[in-house]
Amino acid sequence: MLVPVSWIKEFVEIDIPVELLAEKLTVAGLEVAHLNYIGLPQETVDGVRWPESHHLVWDREKLVLGAIREVKPHPDADRLVLAMVDYGGDELEQCVTGAPNLFPYKGKGALESPLWTAFAAEGAEVWDGHSEEPQRMTLKGRKLRGIYNKSMVCSEKELGISDEHEGVILLDQQPTTSDGRPYPAGTPLQDVMGDVVLDIELTPNLARCFSVLGVAREVAALLDKPIRQPSYDFIAEGAPIDGQAAIQIHNAELNPRFTLTLLRDTVVQPSPEWMQRRLKLVGQRPINNIVDVTNYITFEIGQPLHAFDYDKLKARAGGNTPTIITRLPESGETLDTLDEVSRELEPHNILVCDTAGVLSLGGVIGGAETEISDQTTNVLLEAANWNFINIRRTMQSQKVFTDAGTRFSRGVHPSQAILGVGRGIELMRQTGGGQIAQGVIDEYPQPPATITIDLHIAEVERLLGMALPIDDVADMLTRLGFELTLKSEMMRVTVPDHRMDISDDPVVGQADLIEEVARIYGYDAIPNTIMDDAMPPQWENTALEREEATRDLLVALGLREIISYRFTTPAREAVLVPAGGKPAPWADAGYVTMANPIASDKTVLRHSLLTSLLESAVNNQRYQQSQQIFEIGAVYFKRTGETLPQEPRRLGLLISGERGLAEWMGDQAPGAFDFFDVKGVVEALIDGLHVDGVTFQRTAHPSFHPGRSADMVRDGVTLGTFGELHPLVGRAFELKSPAFVAEIDLDGLLTASNADFKSRSLPITPAVYEDIALIVPEDMPADDVLNVIRQAGGDLLKDAVLFDVYRGASIPEGTKSLAYSLTYQTDERTLKDKEAASIRKKIVKAAEKRLGAKLRG
Amino acid sequence: MLEQLQAIEEEALAALEAASDEEALKAWSSRYIGKKGAVTQVLRGMGGLPAEERPRMGKAANEAKVRLEAAYEQRAEQVEAEALARDLAAGAVDISLPGRTRKRGGLHPSTRTLRRFYEIWGDMGFQVYRSRDVELDDINFTALNIPPHHPARDMQDTFYTTDEGVILRTHTSPGQIHAMRELGADGTQPIRVILPGMCYRYEQITARSEVQFHQVEGLVVGRNIRMSDLKGTITEFAKRMFNPSAQVRFRASYFPFTEPSMEIDVECFLCAGKGCNVCKYTGWLEIAGCGMVNPVVLRNGGYDPSEWSGFAFGMGPERITMLKHGITDIRYFWGNDLRFLEQF
Repeated sequence: MLVPVSWIKEFVEIDIPVELLAEKLTVAGLEVAHLNYIGLPQETVDGVRWPESHHLVWDREKLVLGAIREVKPHPDADRLVLAMVDYGGDELEQCVTGAPNLFPYKGKGALESPLWTAFAAEGAEVWDGHSEEPQRMTLKGRKLRGIYNKSMVCSEKELGISDEHEGVILLDQQPTTSDGRPYPAGTPLQDVMGDVVLDIELTPNLARCFSVLGVAREVAALLDKPIRQPSYDFIAEGAPIDGQAAIQIHNAELNPRFTLTLLRDTVVQPSPEWMQRRLKLVGQRPINNIVDVTNYITFEIGQPLHAFDYDKLKARAGGNTPTIITRLPESGETLDTLDEVSRELEPHNILVCDTAGVLSLGGVIGGAETEISDQTTNVLLEAANWNFINIRRTMQSQKVFTDAGTRFSRGVHPSQAILGVGRGIELMRQTGGGQIAQGVIDEYPQPPATITIDLHIAEVERLLGMALPIDDVADMLTRLGFELTLKSEMMRVTVPDHRMDISDDPVVGQADLIEEVARIYGYDAIPNTIMDDAMPPQWENTALEREEATRDLLVALGLREIISYRFTTPAREAVLVPAGGKPAPWADAGYVTMANPIASDKTVLRHSLLTSLLESAVNNQRYQQSQQIFEIGAVYFKRTGETLPQEPRRLGLLISGERGLAEWMGDQAPGAFDFFDVKGVVEALIDGLHVDGVTFQRTAHPSFHPGRSADMVRDGVTLGTFGELHPLVGRAFELKSPAFVAEIDLDGLLTASNADFKSRSLPITPAVYEDIALIVPEDMPADDVLNVIRQAGGDLLKDAVLFDVYRGASIPEGTKSLAYSLTYQTDERTLKDKEAASIRKKIVKAAEKRLGAKLRG
Repeated sequence: MLEQLQAIEEEALAALEAASDEEALKAWSSRYIGKKGAVTQVLRGMGGLPAEERPRMGKAANEAKVRLEAAYEQRAEQVEAEALARDLAAGAVDISLPGRTRKRGGLHPSTRTLRRFYEIWGDMGFQVYRSRDVELDDINFTALNIPPHHPARDMQDTFYTTDEGVILRTHTSPGQIHAMRELGADGTQPIRVILPGMCYRYEQITARSEVQFHQVEGLVVGRNIRMSDLKGTITEFAKRMFNPSAQVRFRASYFPFTEPSMEIDVECFLCAGKGCNVCKYTGWLEIAGCGMVNPVVLRNGGYDPSEWSGFAFGMGPERITMLKHGITDIRYFWGNDLRFLEQF
């Protein structure tokens, strides 16, 4: 919200620099995002940091208040005039100008009352009014159609007030100081029109600050100054309003109050300059005095108004007394609103209607039919109150966001209506003439109760952590407009109407008040302490600790962690299952589906980590010849009958490309990754996490190469699958080289992790080492061979490590030779070669008998 | 004969000086001091001497041998040292050539920052409590004092699912309700936890905003938890996370689930508060939101707010990571470009 400091000053005295004020407001929760300077220099205040502003600072000597005493015709140019300006100097200055708003005064001789304007003397720096882009220029003397000119009267654009360059600034009257003394010609323009506009970001609890007066109240409390209320009185000289209109409220919940005033025989015309300038400073476009006043009051006191053309209402009522009816729509009703949209109304949209139909969307936007036109002479002014949640729903569903709706949707107290309708009609009278009908039509079926809260001073200390004298607390609350009665340690606090953020729940209301105390006292002034409260009971958190240990293990194995979007689409995941493949392990789970997806590739939450791993690999393969990545995160399985999905943690990893690259040393490149690289990672992971009893079995997972993949099985439960990606899947993702991937149920794996594994003592006797090579049928799994060796070797065989697999000419076709290095050892004694030889014999015998193996000679 | 011995010794010393490698030294050794060496020959030739001269002569010969042996040891050491020096000089490599590449694994930058949080908060007695991503609207909003259609809902653009009342959590704050209900033992036990997790907002993805991001929430509930504790605790955190002398500013703000609510700014650590484009020339960096737990929320967690109080705070690891490492585009975080990730 934009708030000019000059406007705030109408309600409260400000005796500190604007920069400090903005800092105080920011710290008190009214975050000033930006200071927009109009002509005034930026001040430096100790301890306050504001970004440097690069605005035009008005020179105090050269940019001054001017009074145009006469407008003479230009002898040689019809489109130019000569403004004779009193700038406080000894003589009048002649300015050549083409400003159209001076032409009405051309050739009228000396003006009876001068035109007050902004005068720029030679050498003054202003914005170039003719330039599209902001560009500064310095006034220099030159001839304009034969007449020498060195100074000028300025438009708002030239001074940086607005983009207005249609004419020069003409004030309504001689400007005065805040205490009414007139500024003479020659007064620095800074003093007359210089301003700073605060751009304040308001959080939802600050509905009360959605007006200049609301901000002024905060300023008054922070600076400990009195607040000056605007006048809500109106001069009513017309016939009474009674019988001129009626109000029927059908739903008091949604429309707690509706008030009307009437102005007769007025003239719709442009608003005075001061009002237009203020509206422009807060970002409004002036239209005519009636519409401008409704906006002005909205910004000034926060009560939105709506003006009807009374005669149009009367015509709709067939010449009878118009009846304003507020109600919910009947089915099929529509409304053409001021923004030229034809709206289909929804059942919750509260409406302002008359007997002939819908007039406006209550509290949000008016209808086109009864709007004010240049011909309007009788104005019926509405100030109503609306349920804020209903207004918010209507704005969202109708997608219409107006200044009125924004305020009502945050909350406006119904007591404001009567103030707005009075001040509004009076400003309309002052700016357009006419007579105000006596009285107000006021339907107020549901006045809210006044809130009273008992606050004990001890409660303030309990929550803030410091002892404050009760009188200080009372003073801070009083400054904010709360009314208090004190009874020893207890404050009975009456909440003013505009504080709709204070709860009527006694405990919550206390917290609300304590927040106010903290705000005004200053958060920085509250001490910093260290908790001396009891330490809560501790609990074990192995799920997290083991997850982090898994990350560390994978990093130590050379893998790089990625984190992906958890959004995907069913189609992206369908690519993981080649046509004709068996169903994926997650096939029986449904998707968590977005009702409002943000993008076409993010419609559901993922079932698997594989898609994002593969997509990452594809994106990276342009730059990387070698990739080793992993991700740990949730997948989401929706199950029938359960409101919320399961969110099991998964570990996914991917290895692809070259193990290493040829380098300048000329070493042999280690070749491309294969199945045994991913198996090595899986084995190291199992080993590092101390998970016992995992076996590897061929998998039915459709995303994997059927011959180069395995399930990790423990106690009959599949913990995960790893291996080479199915070539069809790789092709579908457009991977350039084979990918070796794994997807593991991390919860399952970590539950099986044995943190308290037992270590082995170091051997105390020497070992006997020996190699053995067995020729076995080609299709015999190495695991079978190893099992036989282990069984036959018994306790004395400490270790058997496969070190060679040979196929070739020196052994029969259809066989392979597996070579193991064996370690014999026992702590009981030093083994003799003879004993080792006898175990070896047993192993060979068992292998021959059980596997049909032959010892390779 | 004494002269002969003297001559041999002189000759031997000169020859030793000339021996410059191991081979020459070996030859010298056998020629002069070996079993068949010149000095031994002298001793053997003593048979022809009168008996009274033999001891004198023997002594002289032995002394000469000892001297020559010592000279040999010295020379051998010297030759060895010279040889080593030559080898070392010859074995020098161009140390500016690149080393053999070792592919390093690494954690995602968000994980690194999360761990830093766990560490610092852990030292202050905060345990990690995690809760689900897909939440009930009731827990994510209503239980946190954000009723349906409340204006505060405008602060968080929400992903709704096709199941009525089920949404993706917009913040980690619903974890507060879970933690209080699970750990609070019906409002009888104090709590001190941080709640990390992925959150989701319906926002256009740009360099500055993402549809998913981590948050780390903190929650303390106790019989004697004051706003001054909140300030003190957060200030200690900021000092460790950013800078031991960091200035911290508390600004009033609004979150429906805390009251009073505050935003926490630290003095910009990139420009020491002087103003730069990262702090948008304000000298301050916003790092967290916090406040005293709203009585409504305490009640919804099972606590009696007139007996119990608490504070909560929330911060964004990605934002802090961006500030610390000068990352200008938040899309890098889930973009998984290894050229980015490998820098960490």
